[in-house]
Amino acid sequence: MNILVFVKQTFDTEETVVVQGGRVSEDNVRFVLNPYDEYAVEQAVQVKEEFGGEVTVVAVGQERMEQALRTALAMGADKAALVEDDGSLDEYGVAKVLAAFARRGTYDLLFAGQATVDGASAQTGPRVAEELGVPVVAAILRFTLEGDRAVVERDMEGYSERLSVPLPALFTAQQGLNEPRYPTLPNVMKAKKKPLERLTLEDLGLARERLLGRTATVECFVAPKTRQRRMLQGSPEAQAQALADELRRFVLPD
Amino acid sequence: MARNVLIFAEAKSGQIRNVALEALAVGRRLAADGQVVAVVAGSSRPDGVEALSEHGADRILCVEDAALEPYTSDAYTDGLYQVVQAVQPDAVIMGHTAIGRELAPRLAHRLEAGLVADCTDLAVDGERVVFTRPIYAGKAYERREVTGGIVCATIRPNNFAPLPADATRTVAPEPFPVQLSAPRVKVESVTSKQLSGVDLTEAKVVVSGGRGVKSAEGFEPLRELADVLGGAVGASRGACDAGYCDYALQIGQTGKVVTPEVYIACGISGAIQHLAGMSNSKCIVAVNTDPEAPIFQVADYGIVGDLFEVVPRLTEAFKRMRG
Ligand SMILES: Cc1cc2nc3c(=O)[nH]c(=O)nc-3n(C[C@H](O)[C@H](O)[C@H](O)COP(=O)(O)OP(=O)(O)OC[C@H]3O[C@@H](n4cnc5c(N)ncnc54)[C@H](O)[C@@H]3O)c2cc1C
Ligand SMILES: Nc1ncnc2c1ncn2[C@@H]1O[C@H](COP(=O)(O)O)[C@@H](O)[C@H]1O
Repeated sequence: MNILVFVKQTFDTEETVVVQGGRVSEDNVRFVLNPYDEYAVEQAVQVKEEFGGEVTVVAVGQERMEQALRTALAMGADKAALVEDDGSLDEYGVAKVLAAFARRGTYDLLFAGQATVDGASAQTGPRVAEELGVPVVAAILRFTLEGDRAVVERDMEGYSERLSVPLPALFTAQQGLNEPRYPTLPNVMKAKKKPLERLTLEDLGLARERLLGRTATVECFVAPKTRQRRMLQGSPEAQAQALADELRRFVLPD
Repeated sequence: MARNVLIFAEAKSGQIRNVALEALAVGRRLAADGQVVAVVAGSSRPDGVEALSEHGADRILCVEDAALEPYTSDAYTDGLYQVVQAVQPDAVIMGHTAIGRELAPRLAHRLEAGLVADCTDLAVDGERVVFTRPIYAGKAYERREVTGGIVCATIRPNNFAPLPADATRTVAPEPFPVQLSAPRVKVESVTSKQLSGVDLTEAKVVVSGGRGVKSAEGFEPLRELADVLGGAVGASRGACDAGYCDYALQIGQTGKVVTPEVYIACGISGAIQHLAGMSNSKCIVAVNTDPEAPIFQVADYGIVGDLFEVVPRLTEAFKRMRG
């Protein structure tokens, strides 16, 4: 099995988000491998361990993405590639770049995260699949290989389904798919020696101006919700009654 | 500026979903004097199609084909793409749902278009269309503009109010034939989860349980409260990990994102990852034995107390109120 995993670096969830001049500040921020991409990498490594093959991880973006790629290598991926860009392409552009990278090899399986926890658009996986013309199943919770097909399960908001998919195909990973391994120190050391290729858009035969012009961020802002923080007093009975009275306008409209 | 807008009116269990009516409201704002075309798809016509005309659709296209049941992104992308080719809309809107998250990016990509996903607000100023969407797990917002091509967007359920129903609007649904190739993805089985009848992401009231619920049976009083309020039951990851409930109920950064009118957190500490899924709720209530629990910092109403004592009394109080 030749497997390709798309990974991105995101803010650690514990980080406070600071907006300066309409942009989210990256100063002094701790970055991590996007949590959903951990599931994607883990699944790829498990498939490799069971069926053999090679796992490649690729990221498009700034230099700092190397850290996410190294984490993936420490989890068991074999080689990495960073397509360098300033991080300002939208999902359309990123998908074009990732697909161009995928076309350089032949992959039986492609994995992405269901979404990134920063931009959270959940677009990239399905877009890359569409660009490559391969089937896609988003937000999978179970993955097995049966011959030349993958059998996957997912939750569809009220029902779950089991799908059989011919390879090559792309899957996006939802939380619960597996238990991502923690990179051990020896594996972190080993990961430093694994190959990491640096590429430019030109190396992939892409002209940047052709990847632009779909959407653009006008500004970012924080809007803290003000909450009443009213503590209801008295016996459980009194508290319950007081709350019910407060919620009347939501529960009994008019 | 007049635009023609296509709405994908998603159906579930043979019924048009509420988010489709919300998408129509967004469509009307984008359209100005243009046309809003709703498209429904399935092996047969779902219930609630009349609601689409009452809530703002100028045309309703029904794509009926055996290959559209159950849903696969292959068949739906093909079908919708053919509708787009025929209608030539300036904008395409659908819900940010399990289906929308897979379908919208595929369709947008086939159209070589941008997509602004998971929108909670919209500003239209002549040519300019700027959507607002939560980023960084709801800690910030982004205003994103569509700068070229068809305007594609998915909307987060429960954030746009449907237009008031106008019973005098009656639009006759038109059949819209499509040519679908056999889907590559084969649906082997579909298992319905015996969740309550109300969809979690669309529910107006969500009653959520955390590790404080202590067992699967512990969810029973929460379910009774949700039933009385016509709401749905949710959970923290703590409760899911402990095996008290199905992961399908999980709310948070790695679970579902909900925006109900009222969110009642019972026995949930309020970890940042949980807040990511519910902090935009209109009104937040917390019931927790620990007065120091962080959830109280983000609550409109707090009750320090044992959920097993408070929740059943709350159910009774609402029953009395309902008469
Ligand atoms: C990458 C990542 C992603 C995550 N994603 C999510 C996510 O999507 N959703 C999510 O929820 N979590 C998520 N988590 C986990 C999150 O950090 C917390 O561990 C989790 O939310 C805790 O669940 P809890 O509040 O139910 O449990 P606890 O933190 O154990 O809190 C239980 C609460 O119940 C109270 N309690 C106990 N008994 C009673 C009683 N009888 N009556 C009333 N109150 C009582 C206690 O005082 C306590 O506050 C994620 C974590 C990571 C690292
Ligand atoms: N810049 C990027 N480089 C590599 N993979 C990416 C990038 N952006 C998104 N992805 C992949 O696409 C998934 C979904 O991202 P998004 O569409 O931004 O929510 C992520 O979890 C990654 O697997």
